[in-house]
Amino acid sequence: MENPTLNKRIVKDRLFAGGIFLLSMVTISPIVLIIYKLVSKGYRQINFDFFSKKAPDTYEAMVAVNSGEIIPGGILNGITGTLFMVLIASAMAIPIGLMIGIFLYDQKTKRYAGIVRDIVDILQGVPSIVLGLIAYFWVVKNITHGFSALAGSTALAIMMLPLIIRSTEETLKMIPESIREAGFALGVPYHKIILRVLIPSGFSGLATGILLAISRIIGETAPLMLTALGSMEVNLNMTKPTSAVPLLIWEFYNDPNMIDLIWSSSLFLMMVVLLLNLVSKQLIAKRS
Amino acid sequence: MFNSERIVKTLLFLASAVVILVTAGMVYSLTSGAIPVFKEFGLRFIISSEWNPTEGREVYGALPFIIGTLLTSLIAIILCFPLAFSTSLFIGEYYRGTRMASITGTMVDMLAGIPSIVYGLWGFYVLRPLIVALGWSAQGFSIFTAGVVLAIMIIPYATSITTEIIKMVSNDLKEAAYSLGATRREVIFNVIVPNARSGIFTSYILAFGRALGETMAVTMLIGNSNMIPKGIFDSGNTMASVIANQFGEADGLKLSALIAIALLLFVITGIINGIGKLIVKKYSV
Amino acid sequence: MSDLIKHIDDPVLEIRNLSVAYNKDKPAVTDVSAGIKKNKVTAIMGPSGCGKSTLLRAINRMHDLYPNIDINGDILLNGEETTNMSTIMLRRKIGMVFQRPNPFPTMSIHDNVIAGYKLNGIRLKKSDRNEIVEKSLRDVALWDEVKDSLTKKGTFLSGGQQQRLCIARALAFRPDMILLDEPTSALDPVATKKVEELLTQLKEHYTILLVTHNMSQAARISDYSMFMYLGELIEYGKTKDMFIKPIDKRTEEYLTGKFS
Repeated sequence: MENPTLNKRIVKDRLFAGGIFLLSMVTISPIVLIIYKLVSKGYRQINFDFFSKKAPDTYEAMVAVNSGEIIPGGILNGITGTLFMVLIASAMAIPIGLMIGIFLYDQKTKRYAGIVRDIVDILQGVPSIVLGLIAYFWVVKNITHGFSALAGSTALAIMMLPLIIRSTEETLKMIPESIREAGFALGVPYHKIILRVLIPSGFSGLATGILLAISRIIGETAPLMLTALGSMEVNLNMTKPTSAVPLLIWEFYNDPNMIDLIWSSSLFLMMVVLLLNLVSKQLIAKRS
Repeated sequence: MFNSERIVKTLLFLASAVVILVTAGMVYSLTSGAIPVFKEFGLRFIISSEWNPTEGREVYGALPFIIGTLLTSLIAIILCFPLAFSTSLFIGEYYRGTRMASITGTMVDMLAGIPSIVYGLWGFYVLRPLIVALGWSAQGFSIFTAGVVLAIMIIPYATSITTEIIKMVSNDLKEAAYSLGATRREVIFNVIVPNARSGIFTSYILAFGRALGETMAVTMLIGNSNMIPKGIFDSGNTMASVIANQFGEADGLKLSALIAIALLLFVITGIINGIGKLIVKKYSV
Repeated sequence: MSDLIKHIDDPVLEIRNLSVAYNKDKPAVTDVSAGIKKNKVTAIMGPSGCGKSTLLRAINRMHDLYPNIDINGDILLNGEETTNMSTIMLRRKIGMVFQRPNPFPTMSIHDNVIAGYKLNGIRLKKSDRNEIVEKSLRDVALWDEVKDSLTKKGTFLSGGQQQRLCIARALAFRPDMILLDEPTSALDPVATKKVEELLTQLKEHYTILLVTHNMSQAARISDYSMFMYLGELIEYGKTKDMFIKPIDKRTEEYLTGKFS
């Protein structure tokens, strides 16, 4: 009979706990390092111009860099482009996503609903670059006949769709059945139960799902490279190429004269994403 | 009254058809776009390692990119596992319910909020010089560099699911084990891990699926060569990054080759996610 | 605490001035002292929230698993201070059975019985292993029912069988005493009867301390009884005496069903 000594077991237990602690600290170190890097290198560039001016051209940037000044201009064309495309994508994905979420909740165990659910899962797993390619074929090639905001929005909308569907279904599942039945008992027609009962009582959950979906797409770069392409101007025409904050970061990264702009733009983009996450977390906290 | 109910139900049903149409349309577009290259090269497209877009001598084989994708994702999952698993135990077991756990959890969640391109920048300016300084790679662009950044990117996904699963292991079982004289480590390996096994496995499968399709950060760090990497410190390319890199200048057969790669990526991620879903279904009964 | 047993000769376990508090303003057990007699069944009764489970869990130091639980006083096992022992050794000497049956769902019936050895990293020879499994399962009268399905998962058994399996698991280490925390509260009457019969047989070899909210159960199977109320030990004596003529008014009220 082999009996490991007590001390050996206790030492092993302590060492293991120490290892867990250490590795956990390693896990959270990148977020600290990344935020530190972005803040320390990017904060100087964030000023009023940053939000109100278009991105500089490479010559302006070069002059500024050579004379040791802060690069002029901002990322206005990126911010408007991102807002514009997120808005169009939301207009496409939110109504349909909510409807499908309600449909799945309503059908619950039906076989067809199960198939739809599986397909939603597949859709959620599709890499964003593939969605970019698809939007290129569907929209750039066939509808706008050129790179366009609409194409970018289409790719983003397909990304949002499964996220909204799943969060809608989960939210509705959490509403007590009795609330729905109370509506039926009063003889309220079905669409009114959806509009007046389900959506209001699940509102914060639905809003959380939508905000999280937006936070997921707002930093996407790859699909936009294949669809919206980018633009030096503020563009609000759906059928024209459009910039976006991540696309600007990519352009700055590839232009040695503008390289200093990547940090402030990244800092801004990350803050927006984290803010969206924070707001949606507040909403969840409020709900419970 | 009755009619309005029917209309709403029909509308909802039609909405659900949109998802099916979009997905079917994707499969159709990818398949039809990929047909020319498969007609030209057949199966050689998948098993050949030659990628030459020079006009007149065009040859397209996706093997280097398939290998690059699998290698980077594998490195990512291997590096991610000890970190994510430890963090899950930290949040879900050792410091469960404490302020420490919620702060750590929030920080891990924040990792998921960082855009891919920002990871790419960080990898380029912070990690890559480190790899060069260590003498592992002359330029610092390598399969390994991309794998490290991918590992950080998938940590939040693996951690959050694993933490939930670890928390779900019933307290009754843990107490039973403690009452028999087990140490915490022994409880973890004999009670928590065996009970959470399938869930933990699934979370890493799904994290692997995410790693396969990541584009920007990988593109910025992998070196973008069209050859099969000779080792993990050699440069390479993944399926996603070759699409991002070469799409702009592509038409004809080359475009078809890139679409075929997208189709392969779609199928592979679909299979991986399907496996994950099957395991969840099998064990959640 | 008039007339309650102040001293028990040669107790297996001695509790001295034990107090347990989950937080400062909420004491769960207040100044309890008692000795537990060897090879007897001692029942701890009382209304829910009276601190009986808290007292039981203090004995094998289960409270150590959770932060911020304040424990004062001493507990001696065979004369040795339990706080001076490692929890590992202490818990091996004191087996525990829980309210709900909790066999390890990932282990077979066979492995569940010897789980204590496995968890403690003790490797046994196959013959020793089989002997312990058979002996322990015979002790709980489960052997004949499961001997042909030892490799099956323990969770396939009925609730009563699962609980007996858990008792076998606690017995496999040959502990000095067994703590049972309302072991039949999740069982049907037939299974409850079986477990009760089993406990009266087991006292031949083991000291048994049983928490129950069911006073007729205490009357049926215990030799000694404690009555706790609001964290205090109100009365402790031979079960027969206490049920016939309780000393404290509160005990009487509880036993006559004035509150529960």
